[in-house]
Amino acid sequence: MTATVTRPAPPRRPRAKRRHVSRQTREMWLLMLPALVPVLLFSVGPLLYGIGLAFTDARNTRVHETSFVGLENFTDLLADGDFWASFRIGAIWAVSVTALQFLAALGLAVLLNQNLRFRGVARVLAVVPWAMPPVVIGLMWKLVYHPDAGILNDLLGTDVNWLADFSLALPAIIVVGVWTGMPQTTVVLLAGLQNVPKELYEAGEMDGAGRWRRFWNITLPQLRPVIVAITSLDFVWNINQFGLVYVLTQGGPGGQTRLPMLFAYEEAFRYRFAGYASMLGLAMAIVVLAVLGLYLWRQMRENR
Amino acid sequence: MRRLPQYAALVAYIVFLAFPLLWLLSTALKTPQEMALTEPTWIPREPTLANFTDAFGEQDLVGAALRSLIVALFSSVITVLISLPASYAMARYRSLLNRVALGWVLVSQVFPFILIIIPLFMILREMDLVNTLPGLVAVHVTFTLPFALWMLQGYVRAVPPELEEAAAVDGASRLRSIVSVVAPLLAPGVVATLLFAFISSWNEFMFALVILQNPDVMTLPLTLVRFTGPEGVARLGPLAAASLMATIPSLIFFAIIQRRLKSGLMAGAVKG
Repeated sequence: MTATVTRPAPPRRPRAKRRHVSRQTREMWLLMLPALVPVLLFSVGPLLYGIGLAFTDARNTRVHETSFVGLENFTDLLADGDFWASFRIGAIWAVSVTALQFLAALGLAVLLNQNLRFRGVARVLAVVPWAMPPVVIGLMWKLVYHPDAGILNDLLGTDVNWLADFSLALPAIIVVGVWTGMPQTTVVLLAGLQNVPKELYEAGEMDGAGRWRRFWNITLPQLRPVIVAITSLDFVWNINQFGLVYVLTQGGPGGQTRLPMLFAYEEAFRYRFAGYASMLGLAMAIVVLAVLGLYLWRQMRENR
Repeated sequence: MRRLPQYAALVAYIVFLAFPLLWLLSTALKTPQEMALTEPTWIPREPTLANFTDAFGEQDLVGAALRSLIVALFSSVITVLISLPASYAMARYRSLLNRVALGWVLVSQVFPFILIIIPLFMILREMDLVNTLPGLVAVHVTFTLPFALWMLQGYVRAVPPELEEAAAVDGASRLRSIVSVVAPLLAPGVVATLLFAFISSWNEFMFALVILQNPDVMTLPLTLVRFTGPEGVARLGPLAAASLMATIPSLIFFAIIQRRLKSGLMAGAVKG
C-alpha cells in the first residue's frame, strides 16, 4: 500500500553453505524468539482462545465453572433482537462511512492533483485528522455538537442536542467517521492518481474526449486496484470501529449508535457474558470476511 | 475564472476539515464566563491561557499524562529492542516467516478486537497484570510489533550485505558485525520505528479502557474521556486545552515524518 523504497533482496548466498543451514536456522529462530513470544502469548493465543470461548458459556468473572455449550451462543445471537438492531446500525455505519469517505476523498484527491492555489493548505489539513489521537477527535466533535456551547447549533440556527437525538445521532457520528477516515483514503488515492500515465490523457484529448469522459474512461479504470484496496481496508476499519463512537455517544441514545463492537464490549465487560460476546465477535469476523471475499472476488472477475 | 467551481469545492473541503479544529482551539482559549454565553463566539473576546494552566493544575490529568508517558516510553523501547533482531532475521534469511508475518499484519486488521480482548483480559488477570501499567505495556508491544517489524526489516534490507561480508572477512563475528556495522546504519529506521511505537501507545484507547479500570492507573486518553462530569460547560475549556496538549506528541511525529510522507506518498506532483 505504501510506496516505501526497498532495495531488491540481497543475492542468495552460494549453495556451498548448505552445510551451515541448520546453524543458520538456529540463528534465525534465536533472533526471532523475543518477538515470537509476545505475539504468541498476547495475540495468536488469545485469538484462538477467543474462538474457543465462543462455544462455551464462559463468564467474565473469577468464580465460574465454564462448560462447552456448542452452538447455543450462536442460536441465542440469532434470536437476540438487540443484536440485530446493533447489526443493522453497524451495517448502515460501515457502508455509509466507507462510501462517503471514498467519494469525499476522491473529490479532494482530484482537486489536490491539480495546480490550484491553496492546495498546500488543503494538503496539510487533509493529514491533520490522521495525526490526532482518536479520543481527541471524539472530544473535539463533542464540543462542536454540544447543545449549549457548541458551534453547530449557532451556525445552523438550530436548537438540537445532536448526539442525544434519536434520529440525528447516527448521521452525526457518520459525519465524524468521514472526517476521521478521509486523510488515509485521500493520500492513497492521490498517490494512485499520480501514477496514471500522462500519455493516456494526451491520447484521450487527441480523440476528443472531454474532461468527464477522460475521468470516467481513463482515471477510474486506472485507479481501480487502488480503489478496491482502500475501500476494503476502510470497510474493515469502520465495521470494527469502537473508540471514536464510544467517546462520542457510548452507543446512545437508546442504542441508536450502538455499533456491534460496542454491543459486544457491553456484553463482555458490563454484563460479563464472555462466551456470548466472543460468539458475537466471531460472527462479525465471518460476516466481514464474507463481504470482503465477495467484493474482492467480484472485482477480480470484472477486471479480467 | 474557468476554475471557479474547483476553487469553490476546495474551499468547501478546507472549511469542513478546519472548522472543528478551529472550534477546539477557540474553546481552549475562552474564559468560563464566555463559555456560558448563550450565543457562542468564534473568536474569544478575551483570549486566555488560563485553561492550559488549569489543566496542569488538575491532579488527574497530570498524573495520567505521566503514566501515558511511561507506558509509551517502555512500549516503544521494548518494541524496538525485540523487533530489531527479528527484523534482521526477516530481512537476511529467506523463509516462510516473512510471509507469515505479513499475513499476521493483515489478519490482525480483519479480526474484531473483541475476539482478542476478552481472552487477553482473562490471561492478564491470571498473571495479575490487570490494572497495572506493565500489563498495558505488554499489550501495546504485542500490537505494535507486526507493523514495527515490517518497518524495520525494510530498513535492514537497505543495508548492503556486502558490508557484513567485508566485516566477516576482517574476522568479525556475526554478532559483532550486526552491532558495529548494521546497527549504526539502521539509526534513522530505529528512530522512525520508535516514534511510531510511541505514538501508537500514547494514542491508544481501546485496550487501555479494558485493562485499566481503576482511575488511579488510567492513561491520558481514558482520563480525558472521564474528565467532563455532569457539571456542564464549566470544564469544557480545560478539557479542550488538555486535548490540544495531548495531540502535541503526534503533531511532532507527523512534522518529522512529513518529509518522508510527502516524498513517499504525496510526491509525484513535482515530477510531471
